[in-house]
Amino acid sequence: MQMRDFVVRFAGEGGQGVVTSAEGLAQASTQVGYHALTYATFPSQILGGPTWTQARISVDPILSAGDDVDVLVAFNREAYDTHREDVREGGLVIYNSNDFDLEGDDRSYGLPVDELARSTGNNRAANMVIMGALAHLVNMPQAYLEQFVEARFRRGRANDDEIIDSNNLALKLGRDESASSGFSLGDLTPPAMPEYPQIMLKGNEAICLGALAAGLDFYVGYPISPATTILVFMERNLVGEGKFAYQVSSEIESITTILGAGYAGKKAMTATAGPGFSLMSEGLGLGWMAEIPLVVVDVQRGGPATGLPTKTEQSDLLACMYPAHGDVKLPVIAVGTVEECFFGAVKALNWAERYQGPVILMTEMALAERVQNIHRPDLSKVQPERRLVYDGSNGYNRYQGYELSPMPLPGSPGAYVANGSEHDEMGDTTHLPSRHIQMTERRFSKLKLLEENEYEADNADEAVVMMPWGGSKGPALEAYNQLREQNVPVGWYYTMLLSPLPPALLEELKQKELVIVPELNYQGQFSGILRSQGVNAVSITQYTGLPFKVRDLVERITEMTNSHPKEMVRA
Amino acid sequence: MSKKNPEYDFKWCPGCGDFGVRRAIEFAMINRLEETGLPMENNVVVAGIGCSGNLVHLLEGQQPYGFHGIHGRTLPVAMGVKMARPELNVLVVAGDGDFLSIGGEHIGPQAARNLNICAVVMDNGVYGLTKGQSSPTTQLGTVTSSTPYGKIEAEADPLELYLTLGATFIASGFSGQPRELAKLINQGMDHEGFAMVHVQSPCTTYNDTYELMKGNARKGIEPLMYDIPEEHDASDKGAAYNLVQQRGMPVGIIYKDETRPSLQQRVDEIKAKAPRRSVEELMDSFAF
Ligand SMILES: Cc1ncc(C[n+]2csc(CCOP(=O)(O)OP(=O)(O)O)c2C)c(N)n1
Ligand code: SF4
Ligand SMILES: [Mg+2]
Repeated sequence: MQMRDFVVRFAGEGGQGVVTSAEGLAQASTQVGYHALTYATFPSQILGGPTWTQARISVDPILSAGDDVDVLVAFNREAYDTHREDVREGGLVIYNSNDFDLEGDDRSYGLPVDELARSTGNNRAANMVIMGALAHLVNMPQAYLEQFVEARFRRGRANDDEIIDSNNLALKLGRDESASSGFSLGDLTPPAMPEYPQIMLKGNEAICLGALAAGLDFYVGYPISPATTILVFMERNLVGEGKFAYQVSSEIESITTILGAGYAGKKAMTATAGPGFSLMSEGLGLGWMAEIPLVVVDVQRGGPATGLPTKTEQSDLLACMYPAHGDVKLPVIAVGTVEECFFGAVKALNWAERYQGPVILMTEMALAERVQNIHRPDLSKVQPERRLVYDGSNGYNRYQGYELSPMPLPGSPGAYVANGSEHDEMGDTTHLPSRHIQMTERRFSKLKLLEENEYEADNADEAVVMMPWGGSKGPALEAYNQLREQNVPVGWYYTMLLSPLPPALLEELKQKELVIVPELNYQGQFSGILRSQGVNAVSITQYTGLPFKVRDLVERITEMTNSHPKEMVRA
Repeated sequence: MSKKNPEYDFKWCPGCGDFGVRRAIEFAMINRLEETGLPMENNVVVAGIGCSGNLVHLLEGQQPYGFHGIHGRTLPVAMGVKMARPELNVLVVAGDGDFLSIGGEHIGPQAARNLNICAVVMDNGVYGLTKGQSSPTTQLGTVTSSTPYGKIEAEADPLELYLTLGATFIASGFSGQPRELAKLINQGMDHEGFAMVHVQSPCTTYNDTYELMKGNARKGIEPLMYDIPEEHDASDKGAAYNLVQQRGMPVGIIYKDETRPSLQQRVDEIKAKAPRRSVEELMDSFAF
């Protein structure tokens, strides 16, 4: 049987190589031209604890982690018991027979992983034993994996050959053992190497690269899952003349420190998750009021309070749309794929500079930790923007007029007070109604500079359309493709730009009978916002801490379109 | 900017200590300008929220840059400005409530980092702007609007606190002596590290401590204030502790440690080891 795609779930205990195995399989596959995506969950304890990671390998670009598991690799009994049910009918289980034994499951077989690894003389080759076994199941040529071993272990050390040989042997032993079990799933269709250059990375890494490409100068942050990896990346890589990265003492310090840096002329950013975002509320209002460019990344996890630190959710939207007290509206960008993590970060930094104020970039746990191969961003297409800077002599009023105006930078003429109290044109505190009117209108008018008609539309003549946001884009798009194949009359819209929404998109949405918004929260946060803007939107909600399954979306959207007879007629 | 700007509608009460602090800061900035030749725009005054923080709008003459943000957050804002643009001179002005109560969590980290800024705390022992509630430096037992039967908490000792937290420059001054205070502020600005200038700046409306500070011979009140004796060795932390633990309000430089590198120096030294990679090079590390 030909297979275009297969899904392996590695489950076991933290420290058993669950993540390395999944990422190794993904890397090996992408090197020969497949597409790969991993979906990681974290154990809730530091060492050990149950954990699992899923890798999906496909001939075609991948949109979601995959609903059904073709192969479960169970490192221990608990993993087997927990995940056995998720294996699709006809799927298989490989378990580590050096850890436990099973009888009476005719879809599983034991692999003496540790023993085989040991026999190669390299105990660390256990992952390769597993990969070899998996390769047999889908009839993946041994050469593919050997190529990966070569790329990974050829590092110019004296014992390179020895290490490579032992890993290759481990691949072979795993493969032979798997073959002798008599099980097989089919033949994975040979890959077609994409013609464009690729990179393979996690969502958070793509955000970091995008921010650097847009000219980020200054980053501070406070550790919090799942945003910590951004801090760690920046501490390591945001170095050199005029660059600064630092771990500060709280999220209140994070936001107020980048307020200082943004005011002083730098492109400044921080990243956090829900609890830290809550602490930044007052500072975000100050950035709006004093007109200071900066970017805050919210890597969503389950909330509220400490919530579900290691699970995914899209429940911070209302907090991001209404992040501070008072008359304020901050621009919000939400990314939906690893590639968008890169370009969303570029856009966020550019927007902050363009309208001189804070921008919120939303992402989520499932994207932050996902490893995926993407088209390598072409830096020549990235155009960093720079704020309008005042370069005249003294006697200038920073807050003059009803629209954006050049911003003076400390050290140069044009001294003013960046003021979080309502102020006059010089930045001095005032309570005059006329000034509050002027400054309020001035601040809101600047949002117009961010109105861009960048959105996806497909079968836009349908009366019923889907419009996911953020990380639910992947499963939703996969569901949409299936729905169209089944002739379900439904259209597609998507944008990263949640606020301000592309004006042309909003106009189109208002014409629709029904806009279906799949989103991972209880309240249906985005559909509520769309309704408040005159769109007839309803949500498909889920609040499990896990991403959507494509199958569930297909089912629910089919039902919803069925209950709209009018559209059926039109279609 | 007040004289030039009729729209600005805040005024200090007559006799408020903050007038003297403002004079001192104006002197200090002019001194600095004359000494360094750097323009006034090279100074950034990061102000807290309170009567005290309004100083940033009330400065006369040539104008520095100002930042008047939110309550309690002067220090991290100052860190952002200073680490973004090390060539700027960053001065913090904040009240005792702003700096020691809501903003208290920021003092320890900045002292440990030895952030190269000078912070002037205008201590009036009360929340002035919100009309007379108790602050960390209000004396135990004092009746204020929020402590109608007397203050319940013990008062904080800011000078001892700064020493313990590791500030590398600590001076104590009085708003009634703007020239002397200016000298302390200038030394704080020149210090390569975290400089605290703690100023007694009485609130004539809610906590008038002028008499206590200066004494009143007729009433037999001994002054709390005294000049730090010449023989005090400011580089000796033990001596500094002894000084602040004595009764009274010392005026002068209590402690000065010039041996510790500033945050900027440490960052430059440690991050010099880091490889510098372009975005393309970083992307190469993800290529396959
Ligand atoms: C987050 C927040 N909480 C409370 C306030 C109200 N508030 C304004 S000034 C102030 C206290 C000011 O006292 P202090 O810092 O000693 O300054 P002073 O007026 O005495 O100079 C308070 C509580 C505020 N502005 N922001
Ligand atoms: S209330 Fe006190 S601190 Fe505030 S202006 Fe009046 S005297 Fe000064
Ligand atoms: Mg006070």
